Amino acid sequence: MESVYLDHNATTALDSQVLEAMLPWMHTQSGNPTSRHSYGRASRDAVEHARTQVADACGAYPSQVVFTASGTEANNFAVKGLALAKAHTLGGIELNSGLQILSSAIEHPCVSRPALAMQSLGFMPRAIAVNQHGLVDLVKLQEQLVKSTALVSAMLANNETGVIQDLAKIAELARAHGAFVHTDAVQALGKISLNFADLNVHAMTISSHKIHGPQGAAALILDKRIDIQPLLHGGGQEKGLRSGTENVAAIIGFGLACELAVKRLKDFASHTATLRDQFEQGLKVLDVTIFGSQANRLPNTSFFAIHSIEGETLVMALDRKGYAVASGSACSSDSTEPSHVLLAMGVDADTARGAVRVSFGPHNTTEQVAEFLKVLKTEIARLRQLTAIAA
Amino acid sequence: MSASIEMPVVKDLFGKDGLAKGHDANHPIYLDYSATTPVDPRVAAKMIPFITEDFGNPASRSHPYGWTAEKAVENAREEVAKLVNADPREIVWTSGATESNNLAIKGAANFYSGKGKHILTITTEHKAVIDVVRELERQGFEATYLDPEPNGLVDLAKFKAAIRPDTVLASVMLVNNEIGVIQDITAIGNICRENNVIFHVDAAQATGKMKIDLETLPVDLMSFSAHKTYGPKGVGALYVRRKPRIRIEAQMHGGGHERGMRSGTLATHQIVGMGEAFRIAREEMELENARIRRLRDKLLHGLQSIEEVYVNGDLDHRVPHNLNISFNYVEGESLIMAVKGIAVSSGSACTSASLEPSYVLRALGRSDELAHSSIRFSIGRFTTEDDVDYTIELMKSKIGKLRELSPLWEMFMDGVDLSKVQWAAH
Amino acid sequence: MAYSDKVLDHYENPRNVGSLDKNDPNVGTGMVGAPACGDVMKLMIKVNDSGIIEDAKFKTYGCGSAIASSSLVTEWLKGKTIDEAYAIKNSAIAEELALPPVKIHCSVLAEDAIKAAVADIKAKQLAKETV
Repeated sequence: MESVYLDHNATTALDSQVLEAMLPWMHTQSGNPTSRHSYGRASRDAVEHARTQVADACGAYPSQVVFTASGTEANNFAVKGLALAKAHTLGGIELNSGLQILSSAIEHPCVSRPALAMQSLGFMPRAIAVNQHGLVDLVKLQEQLVKSTALVSAMLANNETGVIQDLAKIAELARAHGAFVHTDAVQALGKISLNFADLNVHAMTISSHKIHGPQGAAALILDKRIDIQPLLHGGGQEKGLRSGTENVAAIIGFGLACELAVKRLKDFASHTATLRDQFEQGLKVLDVTIFGSQANRLPNTSFFAIHSIEGETLVMALDRKGYAVASGSACSSDSTEPSHVLLAMGVDADTARGAVRVSFGPHNTTEQVAEFLKVLKTEIARLRQLTAIAA
Repeated sequence: MSASIEMPVVKDLFGKDGLAKGHDANHPIYLDYSATTPVDPRVAAKMIPFITEDFGNPASRSHPYGWTAEKAVENAREEVAKLVNADPREIVWTSGATESNNLAIKGAANFYSGKGKHILTITTEHKAVIDVVRELERQGFEATYLDPEPNGLVDLAKFKAAIRPDTVLASVMLVNNEIGVIQDITAIGNICRENNVIFHVDAAQATGKMKIDLETLPVDLMSFSAHKTYGPKGVGALYVRRKPRIRIEAQMHGGGHERGMRSGTLATHQIVGMGEAFRIAREEMELENARIRRLRDKLLHGLQSIEEVYVNGDLDHRVPHNLNISFNYVEGESLIMAVKGIAVSSGSACTSASLEPSYVLRALGRSDELAHSSIRFSIGRFTTEDDVDYTIELMKSKIGKLRELSPLWEMFMDGVDLSKVQWAAH
Repeated sequence: MAYSDKVLDHYENPRNVGSLDKNDPNVGTGMVGAPACGDVMKLMIKVNDSGIIEDAKFKTYGCGSAIASSSLVTEWLKGKTIDEAYAIKNSAIAEELALPPVKIHCSVLAEDAIKAAVADIKAKQLAKETV
């Protein structure tokens, strides 16, 4: 059975052109970019070319690109690094115990957990509330900013709902109170146009494997005027901001994936929006709630709950029929806890447990969507019958 | 069996036309295996399906794409564990040895900081250890950086004497990246055990070059790298002992991957590559190392026919892959320029962008001049006898030429004692 | 490190390598730098009675840029008066060889070597006159 992949917000298949570009660097071209002989210099040149491609894709300068191994690492680096940098500018950590780290309540754990970990250094991690549409509550943020704040971190587009924040506005508020601003733009890259300068943030996380690039490469786009401490110490690569031998092949793949994502952005947006609208039109006849649909959303994402059916159960049922969808973010799909994003939006736990995420990609077709809708209806009916029997 | 090890069929290994023979500055003979190794073609072949067909986030439990990835990751974990005789549950994936070292040292120091805040390490460690310890010093830890003996090895009595009641962690590398010497980590580990000190070992340069048995070694934490053992860049692992259980504080927080010790989406194809690379290392190490030792001995013998050369580091307690030699009265950078036909390193790759003499050689007590004129030859899986012959001839002729140019060589030949010369500082 | 073609040319084919008779009263020797710093330059010039540099030789322990800098100045020195030689600036050497910023010190060393050699010949001339 041919599977239909509808989980593009979790990870994406490697683009064949990207693979082509990476292959020589996966076996024949193997120099360490730090080495000064021709193999090393070839690797160094290739990494620097990729840096330019990445910068161009997100409205940044190449010098602002710090390559990391994953979005998680870039987020950890940003949250910990920026919070400490701010504390140091204010005279040291001890003096500034109680300095806030504000992150939106719908952040990925790789932002919220490092923020929590900073508690041991005297920081106060606090969540910024979102409204029922999944948007950061700007009034509450304003109130929270009254206390001295080291960092405000808010994701540009949410991985589950696809809801897009007014980041420039959030940045304006945060900057007015002297806080650094970070945004996790992992889900936004390649799906909406992205410009680091326009967002007016101090740091922005992007990742390769969400845009048909390879796993193993990501970047923190960073305002280099900030005196930030690295997360990884060692050989001093990435101008001392990220030690460790560069993952050359992955970085090259990331660079090209960025270039392609920008080229294909318009087509991606219109194509996936068409599929998403077709899908949500079809959903209407079912008893469903679509989350974040009143807000500005990523074009490819639909997050919904079927009443009285467990999301996890439906996902497994759909999987047996050959459709790969998600019940929440991949990182938390181990747990059966309802989505923290939905709870933050005020959705009750029962409804939240029914949540299923469909995220379309460039290779999905209207035929697949039509077929998927049919299967979905059949499965829902079957599961409802089971539940009815059980009841 | 031996044929495949003797001469693996590798096309396009370095450059378009296969292994170039050093006549082209763009495709020199690669003798820098300690900086990084080419990916073994068998490793690349195993990796590629995982970036084309079997894509999937191993943490996505809900669909088969994720399942295949997870199974592959666990197989690879077993292979890594097998090479070092550990339990797969003791292996934590990281993005490389630098991250492993950061995680081990910061993670253990922070977790056990209640017990004490002193760290003991060696001045010849890799920057990824030294700089991490320095960072911990900034955070309120104290550190002792012990000098090794002139042969590069740690003196056990001095090591023991450097342990303090508040020493919480010691970090000593198994194989040095610049001079290839092997530390006696059994003895060092036993001293740590007796003193209740957590013992971390950076083994990035050791895997596939020597036997490692963590069931018997008194080591608590050990760092590994894939790209020094014919695997891909961007992946490594940390061994975290389960019995007695060693705890570390996570340094990367997020989705709680790797049992909470290390979050972040795993690069499946790279992990698969590391597993395959370590499997090959386990199966072929013995034969391969015998071959490499023959080549190294030949190279050593050839280079020793040149006057005034000094081998850096102990020759007996050393992996066969490494030969680090100082060519007296010749400056290192011009030497590198002179030997365009071979790709070698003057000191560690990570410091070669700076003009500082190798800190490792200085720690051995080598003079700055000798440190400046050192070359690290590192031999590997795809090095041939022809490569070694070519290298010997090249070195003989180029050293001769540079010494013709060298005022120091002239003075030496005239019998001037250079140590007595008053040099104009500049 | 990417070297300019001119550096590579001088490095591959250094001009005027060698020594002159240091006891010759018409030969000035400049030795600058230190092995510990990674560069030692020895520059020797032979000056005729009209004060023109007839010959120049060098030996250099140092990187490619240091070798090229000293090789270049031996070319420049021949035919110059010692005062003209004294006026050679490191910036001219750096410019001619397109030295990157991290290698400017090599040109400085070459200038120092010229000045030291000129000082040596002047000292010898002075000694001659005094006698």
